[in-house]
Amino acid sequence: MTEQKRILVKGNEAVGMGAIRAGCLYYFGYPITPQNEIPEFMSRELPRHDGEFVQAESELASINMVLGASAVGVRSMTSSSSPGISLMQEGLSYLAGQELPAVVINVVRCGPGLGGIATSQGDYFQAVKGGGHGDYRVITLAPASVQEMYDHTILAFDLADRYRNPTMVLADAVLGQMQEPIFEHGDVPPEPRKHWTLTGAANRPARHLKSLYLKEGELEAHNRMLQEKYREIQKHEVRFEEYDVDDAQLVVAAFGTSARIARTAVSRAREKGLKVGLFRPVTVFPFPGMRLCSLSERVKKFLVVEMNTGQMVEDVRLNVKGDTEVEFYGRPGGAIPTPVEVLTQIERHY
Amino acid sequence: MKQVFAKPKALNDEIMHYCPGCGHGVAHRLVAEALDHYDITGRTVGVAPVGCSVLMYDYFNCDIIEAPHGRAPAVATGMKRSRSDLIVFAYQGDGDLASIGLAEIVHAANRGENITVIFINNTVYGMTGGQMAPTTLLGQKTTTSPYGRNFNTDGYPIRMAEMLAPLEGTTYVARMSLDKPVNILKARKSVFKAFEMQINNVGFSFVELLTICPTNWGMDSMESIKRIQDEMIPYFPLGVFKEKETEDYI
Ligand SMILES: Cc1ncc(C[n+]2csc(CCOP(=O)(O)OP(=O)(O)O)c2C)c(N)n1
Ligand code: SF4
Repeated sequence: MTEQKRILVKGNEAVGMGAIRAGCLYYFGYPITPQNEIPEFMSRELPRHDGEFVQAESELASINMVLGASAVGVRSMTSSSSPGISLMQEGLSYLAGQELPAVVINVVRCGPGLGGIATSQGDYFQAVKGGGHGDYRVITLAPASVQEMYDHTILAFDLADRYRNPTMVLADAVLGQMQEPIFEHGDVPPEPRKHWTLTGAANRPARHLKSLYLKEGELEAHNRMLQEKYREIQKHEVRFEEYDVDDAQLVVAAFGTSARIARTAVSRAREKGLKVGLFRPVTVFPFPGMRLCSLSERVKKFLVVEMNTGQMVEDVRLNVKGDTEVEFYGRPGGAIPTPVEVLTQIERHY
Repeated sequence: MKQVFAKPKALNDEIMHYCPGCGHGVAHRLVAEALDHYDITGRTVGVAPVGCSVLMYDYFNCDIIEAPHGRAPAVATGMKRSRSDLIVFAYQGDGDLASIGLAEIVHAANRGENITVIFINNTVYGMTGGQMAPTTLLGQKTTTSPYGRNFNTDGYPIRMAEMLAPLEGTTYVARMSLDKPVNILKARKSVFKAFEMQINNVGFSFVELLTICPTNWGMDSMESIKRIQDEMIPYFPLGVFKEKETEDYI
């Protein structure tokens, strides 16, 4: 039964609520702004649900605690913000190599280095291009509202389990900190049966979870199998949203918080009579490149807006038809583009 | 004919890849004997380190996961917290545990995680070709301390058992040596005790084992064993550093 009561929560709390709704009772994490409400929420709620909360000694430890929890078959998660996610890259590579499901929330702040605690989309490359060592991919969702912080957390558990792959919710400081009303719905897909977990070899041969393959050709085969899985993910899990693209001459492409700002700018442009639309990738890996490609058959120009110096724009350029113009407008280092700024860019490039 | 000696049931028939004389084989056997003794192979999960013993999953009949270098105690924590009915042990070398994974071992111990850690101290990085470890003795030549370990530039060898024993979270901490039968029998008792602590839900148990690495010490097995006795034991004294009673917790 779907509850139709709206409640006002912060994005970070919505993540915690979504996780528990998805059956995640094991949380491991290390404090970092601007995501502290997630560990705080989990430390309060999990004991009430017979779960476990561990404040790890570092993000290196938290991602590896998630790896252990995942190996014994439970749903578990960690959350952090950019510098902490950097420390988790080793663990993410192992999770991918051992094909272990895990959910990681990145409430992105600005960098490089210690950077600052203001919002940013500077971790796009790190999230969707690998980040750690080796050829692997992390399924990456890009929420743009508090409702989606909740929904995507649930979806992340589902995708992680179905593909036995780490899945990241790539949020940002604005999404983590802002309050919006959300619906807590009850529709959570059933957890798939896991026949690979390490739960004791009592009535079966011993199992191993590993990423080390030393025999001739074994590792190449393992890599090819992983790539095949990523292709399946590309085929079935692409998600995106479009507004007013049907007759658009210029389409603004943006994800997450930038997409919300861009949407306001696009409606103002429409009010001015400009044929402008918005394309918002909801999954950034898998990237909705095919859709962008078909849009580029009739859209003359794309304007990519990001809170960084130009990361997703590279994926847009890779996917649109050769002669399509792709412009970029970005604000790095904690700056947030305003709707007026984006509108000015729309008018400039229209 | 009466059989007087057999391979533990927790080990399979795979031929081990360890060098002749290597201490890992004996240490594996002691762990396997403990699994047999308490009849827990069917509910045990091992955590393999990065080091020569990463391939331990090929030899045991229990479930095993491979952890990133040094992170075994964190992986073990995640497992045990999520499935407290499982017996979880980590098996780590001295580079893995005392260098890159120092934070993970100290904090797992300090939290009193109900896991068992078997620590193999062979004073070198075996797998990567004999570089200096945090446990390398002063004056010891390794491929990255070619003039001998010098405390001015390399610091002093770390005594892990002594470091962990004072932490409130630990319940059993011992250092044993695999140099001769009498010591191996003592080590066996220690490993058993460490698993017993976990089975009784008492908390974090740790057994350090002094072992030989003839390959990287550039010695034969007999010389290596003598080195444990002449050089290692004087610096790394043997004994039980801490043993709490189950009653302490009730
Ligand atoms: C992050 C990382 N750094 C370095 C290495 C390389 N490496 C593999 S094993 C090892 C040392 C192992 O030594 P030890 O833990 O003493 O175990 P032993 O091989 O002696 O049993 C190192 C440094 C690695 N695999 N990963
Ligand atoms: S290198 Fe040393 S530790 Fe590694 S298998 Fe050989 S003897 Fe054992």
